[in-house]
Amino acid sequence: MTYTSDEKHFELTVNGSKHQVKDSFLGASLLSVLRDHIGMTGSKGACEEGECGSCSVLLDGNLVCSCLVLAASVTQSSIVTIEGLGGATDVQQAFVECGAIQCGFCSPGLVMAATNLLDRNPDPDVDDVREALAGNLCRCTGYGRILDAVQVAVDGRKRNKL
Amino acid sequence: MPIAHPDSIEDLKEILRADTSIVLLAGGTDFMVGLNHGSTRLESDHLIVDLRSVAELSTVELDYRSKMLRLGAGVRWNDLLSGPIEDAAPCLSQSARTVGSHQIRTAGTIGGNVATASPAGDGVCALVALDASVVLTSHRGQRNVAVRDFATGPKTTVIEKDEFIERIDVPIVNGWQGYSKIGTRNAMVISVAGAAVVLSPDSQICRIALGSVGPTIIAADSASSFATTAIDWNTSSVSTDDLDQVVQLVRESASPINDHRSTASYRTHAVGVLVKRLIEQGLRSIKESV
Ligand SMILES: Cc1cc2nc3c(=O)[nH]c(=O)nc-3n(C[C@H](O)[C@H](O)[C@H](O)COP(=O)(O)OP(=O)(O)OC[C@H]3O[C@@H](n4cnc5c(N)ncnc54)[C@H](O)[C@@H]3O)c2cc1C
Ligand code: FES
Ligand code: FES
Repeated sequence: MTYTSDEKHFELTVNGSKHQVKDSFLGASLLSVLRDHIGMTGSKGACEEGECGSCSVLLDGNLVCSCLVLAASVTQSSIVTIEGLGGATDVQQAFVECGAIQCGFCSPGLVMAATNLLDRNPDPDVDDVREALAGNLCRCTGYGRILDAVQVAVDGRKRNKL
Repeated sequence: MPIAHPDSIEDLKEILRADTSIVLLAGGTDFMVGLNHGSTRLESDHLIVDLRSVAELSTVELDYRSKMLRLGAGVRWNDLLSGPIEDAAPCLSQSARTVGSHQIRTAGTIGGNVATASPAGDGVCALVALDASVVLTSHRGQRNVAVRDFATGPKTTVIEKDEFIERIDVPIVNGWQGYSKIGTRNAMVISVAGAAVVLSPDSQICRIALGSVGPTIIAADSASSFATTAIDWNTSSVSTDDLDQVVQLVRESASPINDHRSTASYRTHAVGVLVKRLIEQGLRSIKESV
């Protein structure tokens, strides 16, 4: 049966916990609700048109741009943000080790995208990595170290499996 | 302004029958950009209808007996990239692979691409070359509209207020097909020019569609019928002069504009080159496979 939900007051499940959102504005994106209502500022907003990937989150396990998700429409979904990774995953450590972070603005989105790639494909080649990260812009690093970091994480997971 | 989450096509029909100020929301990749930037406005009496809750809209039916791939409007780009759909409609798969980024392909749907009616719609270009049709459903019944006739201009279509796209029927064509586009980088670009070519030696058909060179995706009919007769289907070859003539006809059917992405003259030139290369590549591939 059809059910309806309220556009301004609703509940979201983020990183396993329920969050009440009150008085969000008409048409608010998931990105703006995460940052301005729930207070999770890890996901970054730059373009708000899907181009930069800095707002990437997992929606029911799928990588999406949270700026392109209508917040009030995903009350039944499970959302995972960069805060949900905890801070010391293998991918995050690889980014630090490899110097893949300069200003850090792009890092949450890139870490989400790299993590999602490794979960989908444990043995990506360089082209797979480039294709998977093509939706994430970085203005500082020139991407070389980011690609290195993903490789380090891939190698680490393979070693752990042996 | 509530959000409705219908869970069946029947519910969806009823909602659209009752209310007139409805906004359909699929993957949101076109809709939310407009909303974030203020070009789309929501009013408090609008009812948003979440199409993602209608599981029936995401079904894929491959019917090799009637040679038809039936794609629910809610099928997402990432689901078109490989597997049986790639086998059944390779140029549609290739077009899907060029769309946006992984994030965009996770959310965006083929129905949304058709409904948006962008002159640069990558999926639409492939669908026009495949002679696909849109199945429009409402409480009044169902009708089929060829994808090539669905858009009447940039962002305008023949859809009625109480209708939605239920699915897209894509004929399964034997032979070779390809999609190609030009943009400023390899990923995440709206095309400057695009083209899809379908070559079927069995039915002796060459069909060409062009993207980003007119107000809608263009079915290049004169070029297609000339190529169909000019190609020697027994040897899978075409003379240089005839191929040049195809390119000429392609360029004549284009009516591009100058904008921030490119110039009209570059687009006209580029779209001809794309078609030429696709036909050459296709004929070579058919020859090698026999
Ligand atoms: C960063 C970025 C890159 C992009 N790159 C490309 C690209 O390379 N190529 C390309 O072609 N497009 C591209 N797009 C555009 C967009 O992603 C596609 O057009 C996508 O397929 C839209 O689908 P959606 O499900 O997200 O539609 P939505 O945004 O949900 O809806 C778009 C419109 O279609 C209507 N609609 C949706 N489903 C239906 C239905 N079943 N029946 C009736 N109406 C419906 C909605 O009401 C709305 O008006 C890009 C977008 C972004 C943000
Ligand atoms: S802010 Fe979402 S992609 Fe740039
Ligand atoms: S580290 Fe500054 S944008 Fe990537």
